[in-house]
Amino acid sequence: MEFLWDFFVAPFLDMIEYPVFLGEVAISGLLTGVMYSLVALGFVLIFKASQVFNFAQGAMVLFAALTLVGLMEHGLPVWGALPVTALIMVGLAFVIERGMLRPLINQPPITLFMATIGLTFLLEGAGEWAWGSNVKALDLGIPNSPVDVGGMLLNEFDMIAALVAAVLVAVLALLFQHTPMGRALRAVADDPQAALSLGISLRTIWIIVWSVAGIVAIVAGIMWGAKSGVQFSLSLIALKALPVLILGGLTSVPGAIVGGLIIGLGEKVAEVYWGPVIGGAIENWFAYMLAMLVLMFRPQGLFGEKIIERV
Amino acid sequence: MAFRNGLRRGMSGVLAAAVVAGGLSVAATTTLTGTEAQAADEQFIPLLVYRTGPYAPNGIPAANGALDYYSLINERDGGINGVTLAFEECEYRYDTKLGVECYERLKNQGPTGASIVMPLSTGVTYQLNPRAPVDKIPVHSMGYGQTAASDGRVFPWTFTFPTTYWSQASAFIKFVGAQEGGMENLAGKTIVLVYHNSPYGKEPIPTLQVLAEKLGYTLELLPVDHPGQEQRATWLQIRKIRPDWTFLWGWGVMNQVALKEAAAIAYDMERLIGVWWSSSESDVVPAGDDAIGYRGGSFHSPGAGFPLHDEILQTLYGGDAAAAAEKNFGEVLYNRGLLSSVYTTEAIRTAQAKYGNRPLTGAEVRWGLENLDLTEERLAELGLAGFTPPVKITCEDHEGNGPVIIQQWDGQNWNIVSDWIEPMQDVVRPMIEAAAAQYAEENNITPRDCSQEM
Repeated sequence: MEFLWDFFVAPFLDMIEYPVFLGEVAISGLLTGVMYSLVALGFVLIFKASQVFNFAQGAMVLFAALTLVGLMEHGLPVWGALPVTALIMVGLAFVIERGMLRPLINQPPITLFMATIGLTFLLEGAGEWAWGSNVKALDLGIPNSPVDVGGMLLNEFDMIAALVAAVLVAVLALLFQHTPMGRALRAVADDPQAALSLGISLRTIWIIVWSVAGIVAIVAGIMWGAKSGVQFSLSLIALKALPVLILGGLTSVPGAIVGGLIIGLGEKVAEVYWGPVIGGAIENWFAYMLAMLVLMFRPQGLFGEKIIERV
Repeated sequence: MAFRNGLRRGMSGVLAAAVVAGGLSVAATTTLTGTEAQAADEQFIPLLVYRTGPYAPNGIPAANGALDYYSLINERDGGINGVTLAFEECEYRYDTKLGVECYERLKNQGPTGASIVMPLSTGVTYQLNPRAPVDKIPVHSMGYGQTAASDGRVFPWTFTFPTTYWSQASAFIKFVGAQEGGMENLAGKTIVLVYHNSPYGKEPIPTLQVLAEKLGYTLELLPVDHPGQEQRATWLQIRKIRPDWTFLWGWGVMNQVALKEAAAIAYDMERLIGVWWSSSESDVVPAGDDAIGYRGGSFHSPGAGFPLHDEILQTLYGGDAAAAAEKNFGEVLYNRGLLSSVYTTEAIRTAQAKYGNRPLTGAEVRWGLENLDLTEERLAELGLAGFTPPVKITCEDHEGNGPVIIQQWDGQNWNIVSDWIEPMQDVVRPMIEAAAAQYAEENNITPRDCSQEM
């Protein structure tokens, strides 16, 4: 009986009694969700244009962050290290297209997926081999101090990260909607055969999306790396993006954002209000449970394209 | 052309598969780092390490410290009483399954097999404790592992010295009691334990619960799942609970994120105390100035200011401090690895006094561990006077009743800020004996009669 009260009634009473704290939990959850979206975006971009579920996205985040910090440790200032890292990620996209995607053209998606698993190990190993396995501090000069907003304690760093994510999404939206390259990308995403017949080079598109995903990985790596130090664990951040992808849909940029916000909000509220009732540490599986619930009703995710199979 | 394309596709498939297979096989790989050929007069020591993966920042300094001491013994002394040390690293990425695989791979190496194993993981230790009496290889889980194994009557093959998580938990309570002006002032206070949601993180809970009942403080438990990259919800709860003290029982990235998050809610760092696996350089450096004031437990001194460090620097690094620093020389976890090797070599030395100066079996080294008496004088001879307290192991007590010390981060270095704190043995030892008795009952073990042991 006590458990039922603690589970079904007490959390809501708590929310009503301390609305400011509820607001703080909710906003912190949304800001964390934006950070998840940053990682999820990389998956979406690649899947949208090439139907490849890029298992290596987390490793790309790690590789990008390690490269950036490694260059900075070798004396490059941040404004110098950033473009060099971006160039390296673009170079990586070329290598991936040439060495992995092109030879596997017309192979089943599972083959490409398996290849990205291989790529994960390769990038993790290459990153550790080149830059070492020790934790590297990444100080962006953004304060980590809390800010009081109407009684709510919000983190300045999180707010700036959200702003960066918003700018990134806006740039991506512009790129996709208002440039010839964006139109080509969308054409390939809609119907690769038709796009090919119109003379759009699939290979060029692949290089572009993998490059953009690489640059998104730099941003995600910087933001997450600043929180925890740049280290191997960054590659595991992909696990936090998976429920976001399931929820938002693998093919939708807005889906990655909204999915991230819902997962961030949902898991924080669940952990803070229901975690203590059922032993704590529920946020990881709660995110997946939330995503699975959505799958039951919308298998393509909230914003994914509806799957229509004609036989 | 078709042939070329087919060949190319085939090669790519093979390459991709090779990359996958290669990646998988990177885990649990062994590297020979000791004497290449294992001669008949060598003592073999397996080294289970994690220099890659999410816990590498912790595994690397510990492995470097352990390795440096064995190398020093070989280079400076030609081994222990003429018996050269042969050692081999096996990389297991802090993955329990791979750690056990490493153990299986190395346990029969060397002329007498593995003489001792130090898993550096509570998960692996739990797996190896039941195997130790079967394989006749002692397990030394120094300041980690299964605390109940400190009862040598039930766990003859496992050693937990110089101290355990339960002792540390009781020492933390004594420390915060002193900070509050007396143990009686802990009544009504709230203590939060933020812990790694694993056997390691859960280990101190029984002690803290027993002491909560005894002393009247409220204990709140906040688990964090592996790897602990995201902890906002945990620290929001701490903000809500507003505890008087918070203990951090983390490992790997969980520590760095915890310190950042604590700063993000403006938590008083002086009221945050980390376990000895949460208070090394790699834990505090990423948090920068936010970590200043943070305190943590330890069972040895930080820094490189001891005569043994000088000898290592001169013998192994030719006095090149920069090269030594690359190997984490003098860092907290380097020193811990160093101490682990000191204990191992001193146990071998003790056993040699009984069995002769030759490579020893695991059973003989076990005797050496059980009769280890590392005195103040011996520590001074080793160049470690004041580095760690003396320790004496007996048949009943495999923990050695080791005291705990508190260190504090000043932004550059760890500094000792307490005296050695004796654990509450009146609380901890009965708990150890009860847990060991329960283990014995569940596993049909008849405890040894130590009065019959030689």
